[in-house]
Amino acid sequence: MSNLTLIQAVNDALHTTMQADPSVHVLGEDVGKKGGVFLATENLTNEFGEERCFNTPLSEDGIVGTAIGMAMNGLKPVAEIQFQDFIFPAFDQIVSEAAKLRYRSGGQYTAPLVIRTPYGGGIRGGLYHSQSGEAYFCHTPGLKVVIPSTPHDAKGLLISAIEDPDPVLFLEPKALYRAVKGEVPEGHYTVDLSTVREVRAGKDVTVFCYGAMVPVAEKAAEAAAAQGIDTRVIDLRTLLPLDEEAVLDAARSTGRVVVVHEAPRFCGFGAEISALIAEHAIEYMEAPVARVTGFDTPFPNTLEHHYLPDQRRVLDAIERVAHY
Amino acid sequence: MKATEPLQVIDSKGGANGYDPGLSEEELLHCYRTMLKVRVFDETCLKLQRSGRIGFSIPNEGIEATQVGAATAMRKTDWLFASYRDFGMALYHGIQPVDMMHNMFGNAADNSRGRQMPVHFTFLEPIRFVSISSPIGTHLPHAVGAAFAAKRRGEDTVAFVSFGDGGTSSLGFHSAMNFAGVWKAPVVFLCQNNGWAISCPSEDQTASESYAIKGKAYGVPGVIVDGNDLLAVRKAVLEAAERARAGGGPTLIECKTFRMGGHSTSDDPTKYIPKEVFDAWRKKDPILRFEKYLKACGLWKKADRARIEGELREEISEAARTAEAVGPPPLETIFSDVYAELPKHLRAQGQAAFDLARRKGDAMAGDGEFPL
Ligand SMILES: Cc1ncc(C[n+]2csc(CCOP(=O)(O)OP(=O)(O)O)c2C)c(N)n1
Ligand SMILES: [Mg+2]
Repeated sequence: MSNLTLIQAVNDALHTTMQADPSVHVLGEDVGKKGGVFLATENLTNEFGEERCFNTPLSEDGIVGTAIGMAMNGLKPVAEIQFQDFIFPAFDQIVSEAAKLRYRSGGQYTAPLVIRTPYGGGIRGGLYHSQSGEAYFCHTPGLKVVIPSTPHDAKGLLISAIEDPDPVLFLEPKALYRAVKGEVPEGHYTVDLSTVREVRAGKDVTVFCYGAMVPVAEKAAEAAAAQGIDTRVIDLRTLLPLDEEAVLDAARSTGRVVVVHEAPRFCGFGAEISALIAEHAIEYMEAPVARVTGFDTPFPNTLEHHYLPDQRRVLDAIERVAHY
Repeated sequence: MKATEPLQVIDSKGGANGYDPGLSEEELLHCYRTMLKVRVFDETCLKLQRSGRIGFSIPNEGIEATQVGAATAMRKTDWLFASYRDFGMALYHGIQPVDMMHNMFGNAADNSRGRQMPVHFTFLEPIRFVSISSPIGTHLPHAVGAAFAAKRRGEDTVAFVSFGDGGTSSLGFHSAMNFAGVWKAPVVFLCQNNGWAISCPSEDQTASESYAIKGKAYGVPGVIVDGNDLLAVRKAVLEAAERARAGGGPTLIECKTFRMGGHSTSDDPTKYIPKEVFDAWRKKDPILRFEKYLKACGLWKKADRARIEGELREEISEAARTAEAVGPPPLETIFSDVYAELPKHLRAQGQAAFDLARRKGDAMAGDGEFPL
């Protein structure tokens, strides 16, 4: 075990898989000598050489497109997109190609690549270094979408993603890169995709969240507990394919639900959770589902702390559904 | 990359090889003053960032001649689609340091309402300095479209678009060059080749012998210029602009220069650029180069660097103090300008945010640090 930050855990996962499997290759802008702008790929070029971890031209379309070809031909590419905000030139490659290759070839061809990218706010990055675009990708059958919130999960989920036979978009909450630290087992281990994590037990209200909203929800839950509202917190950690049964069980267990995400509300992931509950667990519900989300606006800079759901907003929603 | 001799005008003795830039004494001194202004603005921003008063800045040292030389070829009626490393183009055309500082502080007086990161300026006056977008390369096709529209509307304006060496790898670059070539659009593509895209050197970016040669495939003439030679940049850009105005179509100009600092205030270039490279480029300082020319023209007395720098330091520190004293933008700026008219759902979200602030207090600012 070692005590690592989330970004160190990502680095550890890359290191571990590169060591175990020579087909794993890391590519992206600045991932070489510099080790990535956040240092997720630090030392990988030193250790494994420029053939295994290398800089690419400044083209996300090129990065993902070539990674798809590499994946088709036996390599295991782990592509870094410097910020999720800059993934859109690759949207076509992800949505039209990576996600549909297996289906359209009847399973003859596949693209088991991983695309890692930091997402979310909290670093005063303004419109284009702060966005949470998970919903665009969750609307893409054939793709998996994973978001860790702890160092332990970051490593275990990333190793699972790299070993997965399908394309995985691995969204890393950049606000937590150095803000959280935790015990991480040495060497190889996995955390299964499509499983949720119970962050906190509770019987009055369930809060569903992921990524950087997990510690926010946790703090809000503690504050709620101090007022006698026993709040359960569930980290969804794989959004697609979602562990729907686990979500429904948790919703049924309290009958009161809050969903939290940074992304805008409209057509956000919270809408999916809400609809699932409306379809399959409505008879258990004691209150309408409450969503605490970013506003339906672009992401501001100076006022980002007003835009991002904070403990205050989550607690308010917990109180509302608890006292409905 | 193969060494291709770039266009140069100012020689080692300050001579201009017979080139007449067509600039008055006053304009030449304005060029000089603007380069110094860029440097002082740059230094001031670095200090503000280091002392935690602003979150982020982009170093411009070393690139002053590329920016200012190109700016001399633009008319106030032209369009400028700039990048984040183009302080000099704004300053040359009279954009006020204090208005740039409002953006650096993201305050209530910022004309983008504190929504954008520092150095992402937007101005309509005194020149159309189009709102800067962070995604690399997206603005190149916009320049082609604006130029196309100018042609359709019978205007003689030119669209200038500035981008880095890294930007030539973007989809936007290739679409823009292709469209501009086909449409013979009045566009000047200004590639600021500072050798690096963050930590990626040109060898990581392209196997072409130059960036300028990329124009060839699109039927767009390419020119390579010494970007530290203000007059060479002016010469190439002015020729390109004149041709564009006369209906001769687009030009791609590669200005070879060097970023004398990190990519941004969050970057440590000593990790990937050897010290000798910095030392070599320091000797090619664009301001010193232009000083030689001013001396050769007998303008040196009027230039008086120390006095100008003193005045600029005063002006720009004052601009920073003014901007720092302005408070943050009000909460409603999160919701305005999303659409021409505020839709009902946004009105409701804004109202809920106000109500919550009243009941539970304001949101607390975090302490996130920008890494890039
Ligand atoms: C589409 C996109 N990908 C990645 C980035 C992150 N990024 C910001 S600046 C930069 C390098 C740009 O290099 P260059 O075009 O040479 O301009 P310079 O910064 O050297 O002026 C990168 C990769 C971005 N802003 N947009
Ligand atoms: Mg560059």
